[in-house]
Amino acid sequence: MALTQLTGAAATRILGVASMQPDTIVSNDDLAKYLDTDDQWIRDRVGIVERRFAGPDVSLVDMAVQAGSQALEDAGLEPGEIDTVIVPNCTMPSPIPNAAAQVADRIGIRAAGAFDVNAACAGFCYALGLASDLIRTGSAGKVLVIGAEKLTDVVDPYDRANAIIFADGAGAMVVGPSEQAEIGPVSWGSAGDLVDTIYMRDHRYIYQEGQSVFRWATTKIAPVALRAVEAAGLSPSDIDVLIPHQANLRIVEAIAKRMRVQGAREDMVVADDIAYSGNTSSASIPMALDHMRVKGQVRRGDVVLTVGFGAGLSYAGQVIIAP
Amino acid sequence: MADNQEITAGLAEIIEEVAGVAKDEVTSDKSFVDDLDIDSLSMVEIAVQAEDKFGVKIPDDELANLKTVSDAVNYVQANSK
Repeated sequence: MALTQLTGAAATRILGVASMQPDTIVSNDDLAKYLDTDDQWIRDRVGIVERRFAGPDVSLVDMAVQAGSQALEDAGLEPGEIDTVIVPNCTMPSPIPNAAAQVADRIGIRAAGAFDVNAACAGFCYALGLASDLIRTGSAGKVLVIGAEKLTDVVDPYDRANAIIFADGAGAMVVGPSEQAEIGPVSWGSAGDLVDTIYMRDHRYIYQEGQSVFRWATTKIAPVALRAVEAAGLSPSDIDVLIPHQANLRIVEAIAKRMRVQGAREDMVVADDIAYSGNTSSASIPMALDHMRVKGQVRRGDVVLTVGFGAGLSYAGQVIIAP
Repeated sequence: MADNQEITAGLAEIIEEVAGVAKDEVTSDKSFVDDLDIDSLSMVEIAVQAEDKFGVKIPDDELANLKTVSDAVNYVQANSK
């Protein structure tokens, strides 16, 4: 017997963006009080000036609720107009319960379809692709996607290599139907053969094979981004703004350089939000977009290329039109 | 196959571009870390560019053994096609 299947909106776009960072600002000098490092060393190696730590009283869910509520406000929507909530993250304190159901409830979205996505630092781009496709297939009407991370829970504060990089925060986008297609097809994939290059040491603290991850990110991610550009029917020269996951400024710059070799413009704006946010994993891309909108570096209608990459190893990217 | 002098010169060009070290500083007895102040991530960038330039593979575990300019030159010499 044939069943009914749904067909949704012909096209989707981003209706709103927001982000939050916890109040505690941690400078490089603050870290140098207990780590063998200094301000210049950190700036040279990873491009970070300061980052935010949530502290014991602020949870991943708290941060997700705040960013999600603000994204709804930015979109001019009431909680009741959202029917699905996706929370990409990789730092919930335990696998049960997930973040999305309680986040939806606290924002005031009743009986939402709610689930987490774990594709580590690629999570936001995975979830944004899912949100757009859920709407286009009729499974969802409007979707709230919130990348939220409390990485300080999984970083050894005395591990210099990681303690200087990772930070806490959340970033959100509201996705809904649109006349014009403003979210390109997601270009995603994984490299599970490199699983051992980012993992939890003793199930407690994040560990990275720095050189291997750096080599992978600086050589394999630009081609993923180019695939996303092609899938959207564009050329590299059409890209106004490049927002790679804010892993390390040197990776960001290496991806930008490879994009320019492939025809991206010299005046393409490249996100450097890591400088004042650190690496916030699933939150970094929406947070960078939000901060860049506020600063006037991104305007409505700009063609924005996003690409995330991280543990798994996993990667995903897509072109979006700035809301 | 390039001779040692050509490899050193090619390597020096890469090192200047990646790490901002003047080309004439790159001589065979210099240590990448101690003398040229090149960090581990810059070493990866140098390796990736050297792979393209000289047609060699320099995996991360081999890279860890290349302490001096002459180590790198000898590796390229021995492994390039």
